[in-house]
Amino acid sequence: MTNMQLNEGLSQISLLVVYGAMAIYTFSFLAFATNLSRLASNKDETRATASGAEKFGTVMLILAGILHGVAVALRGISANRVPWANMYEFTLTGSFIVVAIYLIAMRLKDVRLIATFISGVTLLALGLATSIWYVQVKTLMPALQSYWLVIHVLVAVLATAFFNIAAAFSVVYLLRSANWLTKAKASIFGFARRVIDLFPTSDKLEKLAYRFNIIGFILWSFTLIAGAIWAERAWHRYWGWDTKEVWTFIIWTIYAGYLHANATRGWTGKRSAWLSLVGFVAILFNFTIVNLFFKGLHVYSGLK
Amino acid sequence: MVISSSRSRATETASTEAQSPAIGLLGWARWIWRQLTSMRTALILLLMLAAAAVPGSIYPQRSADPNGVTTFFDNNPDFAKILDSIQMFDVYTSAWFSAIYILLFISLIGCVIPRTFVHARNLREEPVETPTNLRRMPAFLASNASPETVRDSKQLITSAAELLRKQRYRVAVREGSNGETTVSAERGYLRETGNLVFHIALLGVLFAVGIGGGYSYNGQRVVVEGETFVNNLAGYDSFSPGAFFKPEMLTPFSMTLDKFEVQFDLQNRTNIGTPLDFRAYVTSRIQNGDGTTTDKKSVIRVNEPLELPGSHVYLTGNGYAPVITIRDKNGDIAFSGPTEYLPQDKNYTSLGVIKVPDGAGPQFGILSFFYPTQDKLTTGARTSIYPDPLDPLLSMNVYIGDLGLDSGQPKNVFELDISKMKQVAGGKSGVKGLEMVPGQTVKLPKDLGTVTFEGIKRFASLDVSYNPGGIWVLFFALLALAGVTLSLTVPRRRVWVAVRDSELQVAALARGDDPALEKIVAEISAELTGDKSKSSKESDD
Repeated sequence: MTNMQLNEGLSQISLLVVYGAMAIYTFSFLAFATNLSRLASNKDETRATASGAEKFGTVMLILAGILHGVAVALRGISANRVPWANMYEFTLTGSFIVVAIYLIAMRLKDVRLIATFISGVTLLALGLATSIWYVQVKTLMPALQSYWLVIHVLVAVLATAFFNIAAAFSVVYLLRSANWLTKAKASIFGFARRVIDLFPTSDKLEKLAYRFNIIGFILWSFTLIAGAIWAERAWHRYWGWDTKEVWTFIIWTIYAGYLHANATRGWTGKRSAWLSLVGFVAILFNFTIVNLFFKGLHVYSGLK
Repeated sequence: MVISSSRSRATETASTEAQSPAIGLLGWARWIWRQLTSMRTALILLLMLAAAAVPGSIYPQRSADPNGVTTFFDNNPDFAKILDSIQMFDVYTSAWFSAIYILLFISLIGCVIPRTFVHARNLREEPVETPTNLRRMPAFLASNASPETVRDSKQLITSAAELLRKQRYRVAVREGSNGETTVSAERGYLRETGNLVFHIALLGVLFAVGIGGGYSYNGQRVVVEGETFVNNLAGYDSFSPGAFFKPEMLTPFSMTLDKFEVQFDLQNRTNIGTPLDFRAYVTSRIQNGDGTTTDKKSVIRVNEPLELPGSHVYLTGNGYAPVITIRDKNGDIAFSGPTEYLPQDKNYTSLGVIKVPDGAGPQFGILSFFYPTQDKLTTGARTSIYPDPLDPLLSMNVYIGDLGLDSGQPKNVFELDISKMKQVAGGKSGVKGLEMVPGQTVKLPKDLGTVTFEGIKRFASLDVSYNPGGIWVLFFALLALAGVTLSLTVPRRRVWVAVRDSELQVAALARGDDPALEKIVAEISAELTGDKSKSSKESDD
């Protein structure tokens, strides 16, 4: 029979490590923000000091990422299972994967400029996770006791991470090609323009978003199929328009639309960038609002 | 609607702007067809499909949550009627949702068929001729060639062809009208193959879902420990068949629930009372072809259905079935047996209804709560604090009057209609509600007789399902996944090599996004000149 021993002490240590990682992410975020603002400066001597801030930020990001990874591992060990069975754990693991993918992709120079966004989003995600989504370490309910939990959810986390990074590129792309911003006269917009000018060209941004989105789309398709296989085992049907299934379908369809937009005259560029953003907003909606407020079978937030 | 993945080729939607003063009926039909199969229409239909799916997650759906629909009607009767008139409770089978996906699939077919022919032709054809101006290509590299090389350009072209063949390009070496020999090469035909396979597989998914759904069925049955369920229509509490279902499609088998085991956590502080495992021990009796039967013992768990020939049996719920005997004032048994109580919370406070129409006295009904591990709240109300029967208690409120069973209308066994009844025990009746522990017998009020709480059994809610389309849906879904992966990741590119203007010219053109295009050109160029370090780069990208 199932004997599930939880290690509560270890889960407390994991939480402390998360707090530690958050502190370091804060330094990293501040350093990257400083780097951007210095690069955007009018003065040459200020710009010359920018790379120091970037280096410091990167070192902090790597350090925070390592701590973050340790926290994920400790949470898994304390629960004696994979650490993504409720919203807290999903956010903890998901944001770690975003950071990991970013650190791997950092070899590409064009990717580096979204560091501020990555550290900021991770900090925000961890803040939400530890403050309002935190649940104590628990065993898995029988419906979740399946190896599909490992496959289905892990791939969903990965897909989300790729979509997240793509969305960051799409945001910058839209700012880059925003006419109102180019025309705006206030000095704050001038600064914003200089920051945005640091980023790769519109064309490159569009391509980067596209590349991350296609990987996300393939992974999301797999998530959908794996979910259907699991649903057939656990809920006696492979598809039943459960709220979470509906939103998985909606997201898939939006990104399918995005891919078509990239090959349709008149829909490339801004429109497809908006679709990329709409898709990511749907993912966030699916993860937060649908999890917490919609009725359905995927009630795994662990919150009351 | 197939992704052409070509940003530079702007042929896709050009036809939509066609206009003509008098085009006639056939012309109109052709125009509508062209509109429908255009990429832009497909894109808009896709986005409409996404938007149309949203209300199904906001309003309860009859297919997934019929009780939710009933509750919605009770709470907002007028608004619910309006919503129902536009099929908001049946979104995924509604006329408007169906219209969108049917148009989308027609658009898909209209696009896939001609593209399949084009692709089949491309697969047999040689790569296109070398353009006259390679400098215009998105990736271009010219290396200064030595005079010998220029003189012996045929040799260089031959080795270029060989190199490209080795890299699995389809290669054509042509001699132009001006006498120059060039190489054109193309690779990545799998990109379009994957694209077409993806879209055709989606059609497969649609048909497998539709046809499989027609032949499918699923039925629900609650079985108490010791009970046997027989797989025929009468054996089910509820049953939903597909459109093509016939009763003889039910495979004959029977199944006895020998024992139902539950394990709750008593060990981990943060986790007390959390279910760890549910296990239904069953014996199934399957009929063999020669008329004999085979008995098989197995265990059904939440993620581990029992696979029987022709159907799968799933464990979907469980609860307590207290064994109760009611004797009338003469001592004759008026009601006896295990009674399923519906769990109301995670500690299994359970609600049951008992109807006694045929005793010696008047008709009466009982609303009863079962507390596996009883405790009293500060308000005095009872509750259960742990889901296992550590300190079980059964409480009953008794009602006398018309049970409403004689009207001939089917009644929910889990509901007691007290509109024509009078409470005689519990609540404000002035008589204390009945309470008993296992083995205890108590007297009913108004000389109705006695109740005995004989013991506790558990029940399992089983779901028997059959969907022959499922495996085909999976097959086509995986095919679609493979197709889309190929179509998004295999680069389709054309490469040309020529010796012109005393230069070795290498150029490449990709369909869609190809991050490696310039690198490819540089590599080929370096390989051919035997120089991996320097090359004069010239690219207009």
